[in-house]
This record gives sequence, C-alpha cells and structure tokens, in this order.
Amino acid sequence: MDNKKLIYLDNNSTTPTDPRVVDAMLPFFYSHPGNAASRNHPFGWAAEEAVDYARDTIAKLIGVDGKEIIFTSGATESDNLALKGVYEMYQRKGDHIITLKTEHKAVLDSCKKIEKMGGKVTYLDVNSEGLVDLKELEAAITDKTILVSIMWANNETGLIQPMKEIGAICEKHGVLFMSDATQAVGKIPVNPKEVGVHLMAFTGHKMYGPKGVGVLFVNRKNPRVKVTAQLDGGGHERGMRSGTLNVPGIVGMGKAAEIAINEMAEEAERLSKLRDRLEAGLMKMEETYINGSVAHRMPHVTNISFKHVEGEGLMMTFNQNIGVSSGSACTSASLEPSYVLVALGLGDDLAHSSIRFSLGRFSTDEDVDFAIDAVSKGVQHMRDLSPIWEMYKEGVDLESIEWSEH
Amino acid sequence: MAYSEKLLEHFKHPKNVGTLDKSQKNVGTGLVGAPECGDVMRLQIEVDDETGVIKDAKFKTFGCGSAIASSSLATEWLKGKTVNEALEIDNMAIVEELALPPVKIHCSVLAEDAIKGAIEDYKSKNQ
Repeated sequence: MDNKKLIYLDNNSTTPTDPRVVDAMLPFFYSHPGNAASRNHPFGWAAEEAVDYARDTIAKLIGVDGKEIIFTSGATESDNLALKGVYEMYQRKGDHIITLKTEHKAVLDSCKKIEKMGGKVTYLDVNSEGLVDLKELEAAITDKTILVSIMWANNETGLIQPMKEIGAICEKHGVLFMSDATQAVGKIPVNPKEVGVHLMAFTGHKMYGPKGVGVLFVNRKNPRVKVTAQLDGGGHERGMRSGTLNVPGIVGMGKAAEIAINEMAEEAERLSKLRDRLEAGLMKMEETYINGSVAHRMPHVTNISFKHVEGEGLMMTFNQNIGVSSGSACTSASLEPSYVLVALGLGDDLAHSSIRFSLGRFSTDEDVDFAIDAVSKGVQHMRDLSPIWEMYKEGVDLESIEWSEH
Repeated sequence: MAYSEKLLEHFKHPKNVGTLDKSQKNVGTGLVGAPECGDVMRLQIEVDDETGVIKDAKFKTFGCGSAIASSSLATEWLKGKTVNEALEIDNMAIVEELALPPVKIHCSVLAEDAIKGAIEDYKSKNQ
C-alpha cells in the first residue's frame, strides 16, 4: 500500500481547520492581542468588536439572537453547563431529566453526576432505526420533569432525531428542551427556535473551526431560560460562564459559521453523493450492513458493519493510510462495543464489526475510491483469517456453538 | 497506539493460517473466545503419533491485531515442541515477544487458552 497517502475520513471526531478560518484568527494572536473585556483602550475595543461580529455570525447561522450565544471551551463544557446549570437553576420546580441512551458521554456523564447530586434521570431506549420513540418520551414526562435532552444528530451513526416532534411534546408539557447539536451545526440547517429547542450545545472544531471554543445557545425570550454558572469568576457571558474570552478561537468559529452560511447547502449535497459512492462501493461485499436509518441521517456519515470481521483489526489493515473510527472498543479496558450501536439493537458481534466513515469538506472522489479499495482488501484479509467467517461459509449455525466467554 | 514491528509483521503476514482436518485422531482443536466479546481464536495442532511432537499447527482468528499476532506467534512456537513442552507456553512470553500493551494482555491469555484447548482435545482423542 502507498505509504505516503493519507486520507481523513474521521470528520465526526474533528474537522480540519479551514485555511480561511486560520487566516481570520492569526491577527488576534499578534496585532490585536486585547482582552475583549478591556473597555478602556483600542486593544480591548478591537477584541470586543471581533467577538461581537463572531457572535452575531454564529447566531445568524442558527437563526437566533447574538445575546443568546454563550461562549465556552467546547461542546463538552456546553453540555455540562446546560444540564447541571438547568438542574441547579430549576431544582425547586422539579428534579427529573429525560435523555437517550445513545447520547454523547458529555450528556450521559453529566446526567450521572446529577443523579449523584440527588436528581432523577430517565434514559430512554431508541428504536432499531436509532430514533426516539415519541410516545415513550411523552409517557416519561412527569410533573417533576424540568428538562428533556436529546441530541440533534448522533456522532456514531449520523442519525437525526425528530426534533420538531420532540419540541412539540416539550412545549405541550412546559418542559425545557436541550439539544447537543455538535454534529449538526454547520453541516445541515439547524434552527433551535423553529423546533422549540431552548438550550443547544455545539463546538467550533466539528465545523472546520478551531478546537477549544464552543457555544451554548440559551433562549432569552418565551421562555427566558437561565442556567446556574458552573465556573466562578468575572461574570462573563451574562453571568453564565466566567473566564476571559478565547478571542482568536471565537473569531475562528465566527469565520467557520460565515463559511457554513455560504457553502453548507452545496457542500451537503456534494458530501451526500460522495457518501453514497462510498456506500455503494463497500456494499458490494457480502454480509455488509449499514447501521441505523438511512432515511434520517447526516449527509456525510455512514456506519457499516462487516460481518465476522473485528473492526479494530480491520482498521489495522489500512490505518497507515486512512483514518476512520470503529465501534469496537477492544482498546478500552472494558472491551465493550459501542453502546450507541448496541442501543440500536445490533448484536455485540455486529457492533464489534462496525466502522464509522465520516466525510468532510476536503474529501474527494479519489479519497473515497482509495478507501473502497483499501477497506475491501482489508475485509478480505480479515475474513480469510476469521474462523467464524469460515464456519458461516460452511453453513455452521454460529448460535449453536457454545462459546467460551472471557 | 504504536505496535511493535514483530506484532505488525505477524498481523500483516500471519504464519500458519488455515484449517486442519479435525476428524483426524492426531489433530487437536482449541476454540476459545466469543463473537460478542470481539475475539474468537481457533488453534489446531497435528501431532506425530510416534514421537509426540507437534508437526504442524494452524490457526484462524477473529479479532484485533494483537489477537491475530498472538495466535500466529503461538502456532510458530508450537511446531517442533512435544505436547508436554507446548503446555508450558506462558501468555507472558507472548506479551514480551510482541510487546503487547496492557489493554491487550487478554489476547495473549486467549492464545494460551487456545493452545491448552487444542492439547486437551488431542489428549482426549488419544487416551
């Protein structure tokens, strides 16, 4: 295999920073080094002006007011702030939160912390398509429920939840609706106001902006939402998030938002075709399955299981050249496969056999064709080595074997 | 995670991949692990009836790179040993030879179990 070729198909982990974003950021390291909170000199003014512009651009991207944008260090912090902040702020009203089993760890672990703090959390199952069951959601709401937290699009599968329907249920019951929209913002149209989302977390580095900067959208009118700050300090960001603003990062995220406003629609169409090309190429192999609903998903993501092949081993056949992710967590101490795929109803064996491909702005036809070829060869190599592939080919019923669990 | 050259070599060019006829009396088969755990190893030995020496060994493994390399190495080590000598192969020797990282030690344990399983099967056929 070509030792120099490097193809990045792991854009759901992080996107490369767009060169236009880097160009926009650079002056804020050198010629405009000011603190946006310095109100008495031109350095501070320049920084504040740049932050305001970025704030308004990001607000425009998601159809909200600039005053509703709270800058943070990233989506993990935004998720923590939203969940713990709402729990602390609305504790007197109720102590119950509803979320999904397929949420990101930043949401799930914040919820676990809330449980330790005395709160109650319901973790809903998803159906085999990976989507929330709206009836179950509504049935889970009690008079103690203060918040529903459901992600816009899933990081592992790209599945998009029925946001409008969820929003309507929350509205009907007077419950706040929070969404981790990290994987959706800048890639597909996202407007929290249109679907009744009151708090929304996202980050710069999944939309071709820099790492280390994120946003929590907090609805300001009807209803006016507040969260209890999780960091004590100078009372920045309307008192909800103290800390000197990361001016270069914010400028970069603003530029990334500006590019997304102009290019997102065209890009989504291109990536969707490219993704289909990748899928068509890989699905030529037998016993290959796409995980999750193909009708409700992000344009640039596919999650595929190659039966009787272990995902991490498969990645090792091409990882000198191609970066992807696997749902098999053989590297982690737990050895548990992806909880997201298991929640979709995949058997542990298929979850161990999964690879996530996430395309991005800089992915090309050549990249995809190279990947199809390399992955197909890798699957062949691994199946030639696989005793369960051999058994399957011989017609042995794998269920009938008494496996020695370890 | 950076893997050792030896491990990568065993992964890319595994030794002794294949299947022996398990209906033969002098062939022992060890099948360990489970698909749900992400690891299945099948290791087979063919023993010379006269001398008790393992004259051939084959494997097939479903698993990560470390599992494949561990089983490939195990088959190399088995060949030429007597059945009783083979019982002494310790998983930590595999860990050392391949420089397995701590999270992958279970792969070497699985290989040791597969060796023991194959020998047990051979012995039970030849009591």
